[in-house]
Amino acid sequence: MTQALLALAGNQNSGKTTLFNVLTGSNQHVGNFPGVTVEKKVGQIKALKEAALVDLPGIYSLSPYTNEEIVTRDFILKEHPQLIINIVDATNIERNLYLTLQLMELQVPMIIALNMMDEVIQSGNSIDTERLSKELGIEIIPISAAHKQGINELIRAIKKMLKQPQAIPKPDFCTGEVHRALHAIAHIIEDHAKQNEYPLRFAATKLVEGDQVMQEALQLHEDDIHIIEEIVRSMEHALSTDREAALADMRYSYIEAICNDSVCRLQETYSQQRSEKIDRWLTHKYLGIPIFIGIMLTIFYITFSVVGGVLQEWLEIGIEAFSEQFSLLLSNMHVSTWLHELLINGVCSGVGSVLSFLPIIVILFFFLSLLEDSGYMARVAFVMDRSLRKIGLSGRSFVPMLIGFGCSVPAIMATRTLSSERDRKMTILLTPFMSCSAKLPIYGMITAAFFPSHTAIILVSVYLLGILVAIISGFLLKKTVFQGECVPFVMELPAYRIPAAKSVILHMWDKAKDFLHRAFTVIFAASILIWFLQSFDWQLHYLNDSSQSILASIGSMLAQILAPLGFNDWRAATALISGITAKESVVSTLSVLTQGNDAMLTQALPQIFTPLSAYSFLAFTVLYMPCIAAFAATKRELCSWREALLTAAYQTTAAYIVALLIYQIGSLFL
Amino acid sequence: MTLDQIKPGNGGTITAVRGEGALRRRLLDMGLTPKTKVFVKKTAPMGDPIELALRGYMLSIRKDDAANIEIEVTADDTSATGISG
Repeated sequence: MTQALLALAGNQNSGKTTLFNVLTGSNQHVGNFPGVTVEKKVGQIKALKEAALVDLPGIYSLSPYTNEEIVTRDFILKEHPQLIINIVDATNIERNLYLTLQLMELQVPMIIALNMMDEVIQSGNSIDTERLSKELGIEIIPISAAHKQGINELIRAIKKMLKQPQAIPKPDFCTGEVHRALHAIAHIIEDHAKQNEYPLRFAATKLVEGDQVMQEALQLHEDDIHIIEEIVRSMEHALSTDREAALADMRYSYIEAICNDSVCRLQETYSQQRSEKIDRWLTHKYLGIPIFIGIMLTIFYITFSVVGGVLQEWLEIGIEAFSEQFSLLLSNMHVSTWLHELLINGVCSGVGSVLSFLPIIVILFFFLSLLEDSGYMARVAFVMDRSLRKIGLSGRSFVPMLIGFGCSVPAIMATRTLSSERDRKMTILLTPFMSCSAKLPIYGMITAAFFPSHTAIILVSVYLLGILVAIISGFLLKKTVFQGECVPFVMELPAYRIPAAKSVILHMWDKAKDFLHRAFTVIFAASILIWFLQSFDWQLHYLNDSSQSILASIGSMLAQILAPLGFNDWRAATALISGITAKESVVSTLSVLTQGNDAMLTQALPQIFTPLSAYSFLAFTVLYMPCIAAFAATKRELCSWREALLTAAYQTTAAYIVALLIYQIGSLFL
Repeated sequence: MTLDQIKPGNGGTITAVRGEGALRRRLLDMGLTPKTKVFVKKTAPMGDPIELALRGYMLSIRKDDAANIEIEVTADDTSATGISG
């Protein structure tokens, strides 16, 4: 039997993910919709083995303006799911039904899962679901996804619908002028809609709304387009409003009318009342920002110092012990030296150093899920929006950027929750400018050797430099690559809710799996490559002394390019290359290449740098492309090698220019 | 008067939504349609964006965008909470 394809659609914050998790359990995998970085989750319904459920992005409408909305309508139109499960938040029913009406136009069998009904009833409000169901002509199952109520009924309804699909009634919210226009347009495009496999009613409605995407998809003749335009114009004239407002207004009027009959809303629900009380503090005029900073500091402290730090140390010890044992085993087996070295110094240390990030990522995503699922993330965006607006971003980008100060990898992974692709790309590009914690050993090394009495000032200046470059880049990018209209900041502030443990755990697991996958593919390959370059010369002789290696000769070539920045030394260049595997290896490489240990490094460094070129080197390390783990995350989130490489190229160019300016201008004065 | 000029704690009824493109469509889709009652709850700490209550939920938009929304304030709007009813 072929598998039935079901689609789960609904507004953001309607409990869609919770319902998806309840229906599918851990039986799901996450990917991207083809061509766009919109998350696509697919799972098997537990009680219904023959059905695959696709979690469509949370959207409010089917307009042609956002990727999420286009992806949703394309999925429903092109993949032909047998059934749409439309989740509707009963506490916010008017706005949720707005999407329902548009989904109905797609003429795919549909069931409404009316979520959070428990909350409606508890608050003394009520919804006459039978009546509402009759009005809409669609079966409605009251559920509570968070409390697993009504799930069996929902599954029964799904089964029944799959056996005997019920046609969707044509929504009859259109009256008067709009109805006339729709009718006339439907007549003109009937053949085109059939040929291109679009539901006629949906296509006609979209044309009335002035939807460019639909106009192109239907391949209409010039003349037809002209006639349609005339029809819509006369409709606008008769209604004395424009096309988009006319339809939105009509949908909402229809919803108001049916809700008047079946929804009794006496007061706010308890969680809405509670939210208002919580927001008195969390979005308070003076306390809002300090509380946010406090929350983030606590999260950072716990992640990087308390739990994550300890776990990371343990993991490092474990990995070290493992590679020692493994090394012993290899010696006993008398494998050749180069293979031994490859496995231990290439694979184990490369993948191992990246693996030790895992605890931090898991813990950070635990907190991020809490922030997101509780509804606080929307408040952060609300509170911090103004600070990022000048560089063309919204408050939503604030948290990923902040996490960048800890580690770019989870920061880049956290951009997934940004609803606009433009914002996401820009945030991914700018986040690595926030100096991550792995760079601290480099700052420590340089300040100890050159600026022992000015450590604090140097450190602060380096962090500020990163932020400054991010701001300037933001301005530049807004004017060039990311030109055009930014996605409007029109954001719901959902009621605060207690996050579902299952969602939080699944989220952590997803991110951990994702990271591990990369650690054993991209990062694995990169570690071997760097090891190879470090251990062989151009004649492919295995070396004991890395100063003759391919890497060193690439370093020497690179040193000439870096000469204007003040560090014309192959050791500095080589350290920068190996810093791409992990930033802290800049220190270990320099220490190996100067043939010393960390203590002697302080004495050896003045052979390579002057204080000015040391500072220029610092500036370069803050800004140039992030480590391979962060690069792999960038590639994953951007879904494109080309864009990921361009991002890295931009960051490295920015580093070059800034270091050049520092050294050249500095040389004039010093 | 436009929505950005309404002081927190007050409300009114939308008479028109101006502007164009994605932003305007988004505002309409979110339920900011003519004849809708809307209530300004508060202003963000840095003075922008603003928090609105309409159709039984909370929405945040920027002041620049709120300036596209024409509002008519009538006597009974000032006491409306926007969230119930």
